[in-house]
Amino acid sequence: MNHERLIIMNIYIIGAATTKFGELWGISPRRLARQAVTDALKDAEISKDQVEALFVGNMLSGMLGGQEHLGAFFAEELGLSVPAFKIEGACASGGLALHAAVTSVLSGQNKTVAVLGVEKMTDHKPEDVATALMGAGTEGERLAGATFPGLYAMLARAHMDTYNTTEEQMAAVAVKNHFHASLNPNAQFHALLTVDKVMKSACVADPLKLLDCSPISDGAAAVIITSDKKQVTRNKKNIEIAASAVATDTLGLAQRKSLSELAATKRAAGQAYARAGIKPEDADIAEVHDCFTIAEIYAMEDLGFYAKGDAAGAIERGETTLGKTNKLVVNPSGGLKGCGHPVGATGVKQVVELVDQLLGRAGVRQVEGIKIGLAHNVGGSGATAVVHILKI
Amino acid sequence: MVGIISYGTYIPRCRIKLGHIAQAWKKNENDVVCSLGVGEKSVPGIDEDAVTIALEAGTSALRNSHIQPEDIQALFVGSESHPYAVNPTSTIVGELLGVGNRYIAADLEFACKAATAGMQAIAGMVSSGHISYGMAIGADTAQSKPHDALEYTSAAAGAAFVIGSKKPAAELLAYTSYSSDTPDFWRRDGIRYPTHAGRFTGEPAYFAHVSGAARDLFENISLKPDDVDYCVFHMPNAKFPRDIARRLGFTKEQLAPSLTIDAIGNPYSASSLLGLAAVLDQAKPGQTIFMVSYGSGAGSDAFLWKTTPTLPNIQNAKRKTQTYVKNQIEQKTYIDYVQYLKQTHKI
Repeated sequence: MNHERLIIMNIYIIGAATTKFGELWGISPRRLARQAVTDALKDAEISKDQVEALFVGNMLSGMLGGQEHLGAFFAEELGLSVPAFKIEGACASGGLALHAAVTSVLSGQNKTVAVLGVEKMTDHKPEDVATALMGAGTEGERLAGATFPGLYAMLARAHMDTYNTTEEQMAAVAVKNHFHASLNPNAQFHALLTVDKVMKSACVADPLKLLDCSPISDGAAAVIITSDKKQVTRNKKNIEIAASAVATDTLGLAQRKSLSELAATKRAAGQAYARAGIKPEDADIAEVHDCFTIAEIYAMEDLGFYAKGDAAGAIERGETTLGKTNKLVVNPSGGLKGCGHPVGATGVKQVVELVDQLLGRAGVRQVEGIKIGLAHNVGGSGATAVVHILKI
Repeated sequence: MVGIISYGTYIPRCRIKLGHIAQAWKKNENDVVCSLGVGEKSVPGIDEDAVTIALEAGTSALRNSHIQPEDIQALFVGSESHPYAVNPTSTIVGELLGVGNRYIAADLEFACKAATAGMQAIAGMVSSGHISYGMAIGADTAQSKPHDALEYTSAAAGAAFVIGSKKPAAELLAYTSYSSDTPDFWRRDGIRYPTHAGRFTGEPAYFAHVSGAARDLFENISLKPDDVDYCVFHMPNAKFPRDIARRLGFTKEQLAPSLTIDAIGNPYSASSLLGLAAVLDQAKPGQTIFMVSYGSGAGSDAFLWKTTPTLPNIQNAKRKTQTYVKNQIEQKTYIDYVQYLKQTHKI
């Protein structure tokens, strides 16, 4: 394919910020957005007047809040009158918004743009949130009464049947990510878990227990990207977006040829590695989409970090845990499981974490000596996958 | 000095174990009991409602007092389960108590704190000299949707307090109230079961309001937790009252006598009143009782009571009639889940 080749994009992230993630009952979506973008602009050392366009990643504002027209909604809040867009791709909305922003800069239409990921979920009843999230599935899945825990439980069962993956190995993902989250002041959870505690938590959709599942969360994250070399030179935060790739697959699980892999992740990753001119083993750090513990195991394999069937054991052995490995550290932010999962914000927050890590400003959770980071954001049960590769 | 002239309580005798409810919904029995800290709850009989429960509690309060029914000049009934949307519970109860006609009657609704709002209103009317005696009743057959978390604790009970100024058994030393628009739990008109906002009912709702009213009371009269003998809080589950007592600086011993939640669950408007009655059943003259109610929506009423030498008269009357809260807790008959559904008119 002609786009699977090295591309020099010359696009840089010059500002990045995230709000606290969690049950933020007293904070409105407007305030979340304002805080994230204001902090990102401050980090970028530019004024809002230098922003030429706004890309908003969000999934549920219409179904839960009755508020569409989010581009103008948040542009107004930020005091901007620039082109503004809502980008929706289920839980990959944030990553997809960054991808759309990158393409707008690549086209030459804009030089400096803001990307905002934002979601407000905890003001709504859990059953309403679960119903709204099923908007990411197919009509058949909805009619059958499926929920996302149910769909990922089917994926977990398929992985267990094919590769002898165990429930304890899945639990080890939650234990690791809660440990990382305990070091992240912006994370929703700071409590440490044990495999035993995960195993004894209430069953949600067999074999997934409550502590295998990421939470419902509120939060926002923002990045400022630019192709303006003057800004990059002045700012000195020269985090290069080396690749931005998106792939899609069938919306529903039933239409997939195989449940032993998420093909969209493999395709997006393949394109991203080719465009960045790197191999999976070159990545030092990764933020991957662990909406359920089994999802991180799929991601580790489909991104090419481990052969199929090998990731679960590696995670269980601590090969991707901060402080226990000299190899790839995965989800140092705490991931979706520990840091929280405000769905539209997640994909942007992953990139913010990579920026903080690559700039060496991640505090006690800093991974040392890193040059390349990968962010992997998934929509639905794998129908959309977005992969970004950042370099310093 | 305004205070409690008399009090009476009523707990329906039917109980269901939480384990039976958990079994019906394929939940782990131990998980549910450990999570809520409640083993069983009271259930109204097939012919009981908030009116009959309020009447039983009111009758008991008058029986234990030195006043006559017609001395009551204000009757407020707080409940979330008034049988009629329009037609007052308070006048039915007043009629059957024999209060006569020259009294102000009103049904109050403020989730689980309606009755303590009534107590404060009556205290004000007595203090001003407008009336001599008033009765505040909290009575509920608490609603909960089958399979909702509320189903495990929603209970039935009533408590009535006669407030006046002549020879009180417990003087009202101070009171405060703390309210805000915080929709943590609600039931719209015509809707059968309440809705709640999960964990939102905790920190920004129960804990913020109970501690708000409590701290105001502490400040107003320069009171410290060490200065009082007992504390009483609204009991939506077994954890919240223990948690707020600890946060405010009270000991387990100060709280323990009020914890009716452990034995009968949460009878909504009657919860904190029943806890107060349980404490009064065993308190000695000259002891102080710190009490805070909580009603969703949201608000808390805080009180500081001090018992007097007339309290034993009521205690003796209750001992003779075996109507201590403890007696009513112990008088019980277990029913199964199907019978529970029948008695709460769900089938």
